[in-house]
Amino acid sequence: MATTLAKAADGTQSATHAARIEHVSKSFAGPAGQQLVLDDISLDVAPGEFVTLLGASGCGKSTLLNLVAGLDRPTAGAVTTDGRPALMFQEHALFPWLTAGKNIELALKLRGTPKNERRERAEQLLELVRLGGAHGKRVHELSGGMRQRVALARALAQESRLLLMDEPFAALDAITRDVLHDELTRIWRETGLSVLFVTHNVREAVRLAQRVVLLSSRPGRIARQWTVDIPHPRRIEDTAVAELSVEITEQLRGEIRRHGQH
Amino acid sequence: MASTDTTPKDPGDLAGLEAGLDALETVQTTRKPLRHTLTQKVLPPVVAVALVLAVWQSLITFKIVDDPTKLPAPADVWGVLEKAWLQGELLGYIWTSVSRGLLGFCLALLIATPLGLLLARVKLIRAAIGPILSGLQSLPSVAWVPPAVIWLGLNNQMMYAVILLGAVPSIANGLLSGVDQVPPLFQRAGRTLGATGIKGTWHITLPAALPGYVAGLKQGWAFSWRSLMAAEIIASFPDLGVGLGQLLENGRNASDMAMVFEAILLILTVGIAIDLLIFSPLERRVLRTRGLLVKS
Repeated sequence: MATTLAKAADGTQSATHAARIEHVSKSFAGPAGQQLVLDDISLDVAPGEFVTLLGASGCGKSTLLNLVAGLDRPTAGAVTTDGRPALMFQEHALFPWLTAGKNIELALKLRGTPKNERRERAEQLLELVRLGGAHGKRVHELSGGMRQRVALARALAQESRLLLMDEPFAALDAITRDVLHDELTRIWRETGLSVLFVTHNVREAVRLAQRVVLLSSRPGRIARQWTVDIPHPRRIEDTAVAELSVEITEQLRGEIRRHGQH
Repeated sequence: MASTDTTPKDPGDLAGLEAGLDALETVQTTRKPLRHTLTQKVLPPVVAVALVLAVWQSLITFKIVDDPTKLPAPADVWGVLEKAWLQGELLGYIWTSVSRGLLGFCLALLIATPLGLLLARVKLIRAAIGPILSGLQSLPSVAWVPPAVIWLGLNNQMMYAVILLGAVPSIANGLLSGVDQVPPLFQRAGRTLGATGIKGTWHITLPAALPGYVAGLKQGWAFSWRSLMAAEIIASFPDLGVGLGQLLENGRNASDMAMVFEAILLILTVGIAIDLLIFSPLERRVLRTRGLLVKS
């Protein structure tokens, strides 16, 4: 696996950014006419960078992620990415008619990996998320945390330079989530991927990211950004994590309060 | 992995923690022992059938119905069956009907599958013939026998036409509702993996719609069998060979109630047997691999 991972790490030289969001706005047709969901968002994700998008309900963070994933088009502005990004959802979105391993192999097949390499590559990816031996397991036989790890392995199978994650751990229990934070950090550092991670959990954002971007709600605008230079390994209960979380939470609460004042 | 491994040196801790969580959260599923299956699944229907036979026999024994032209004794029906078996005719009756039924069903499958997909993909076609197709499901297939006889004459083609008219709507509708129920999340996940267009249909939509499709097949078989029996009863013709429907009609013409009962029992048994041997296992398999079949 060392070779493939090393190759992936080298591939970053060509692009100056993994994702570039330029003056993006998005509105949807609502009951009261056109409703502006995202207002003039500009954001770059550097190669290998881990960015979390943080915001309360209605800040359009999932909408923004869909735009970057290419599942939707912006009303104004432009989104460019270095290749097609991989996307992970809050639900594992694994296909129940396939085994865990076959889910990964389908992703490999769709990106054009030769048939005779798929099985081995799928095993490697399962090893990477510490699920070696789960190749033949059915989705319903896996626990919630294991399903999200298979989903992560399937997303990694796309060998995209950019991994988009839409609250991928929100439905998990606290202990499992904490373990998966460690896993994600480990895999991110091993692979040199760029990650754009959406969450409404401030501690999760601080624990994982190099940069936290706070969005205001209705319409979504970038309210403030923080660079997180707390060294890894981080723990959710670290003082530095807690202190920054308190600061960001204060700002987030301020953003939410503005909506109750009129 | 060694060359790129920059993780802090606590992998043993994390790996162990994870293995523990996986072990705690994984549900162990074991197959039920055979004895359990026998007492819970096989015994109840056997007892029910035995009770029906007992009631039937007591109606005869206590002379509550004392007219063999209205209600033959179970032993008489058994006698007719035994005679047909010994004369080597029983399997012939069954095979005539079953081969027609299965061939007709396969034809229906070949026509209904592309039709269902077309309806699912093209809105205009769905708007045009979707309601007609669902309406056809409620039309008793026996209604198709007279026009089929007029159009095609008394032959096997007529039988297949009646089967098709009965089975195609239910198979196509099953596939259609299967496609309708595919969770949008699977489509989105498929698209991000690169499964768009025909690849999306093949890798995502069709397998995701399989449970609905199989339910449609099951119903399609029931409709095929019923349509065929209607056609055989109404359009019995010596040259066509004696199937189960003709056997029933022959019994009526001969006022032989034991033969009528024989035919009804055989029609019922074959219909149930095909379902139990082919369609139910298929459906269970599809549902079980998806974790949709909750074992009780």
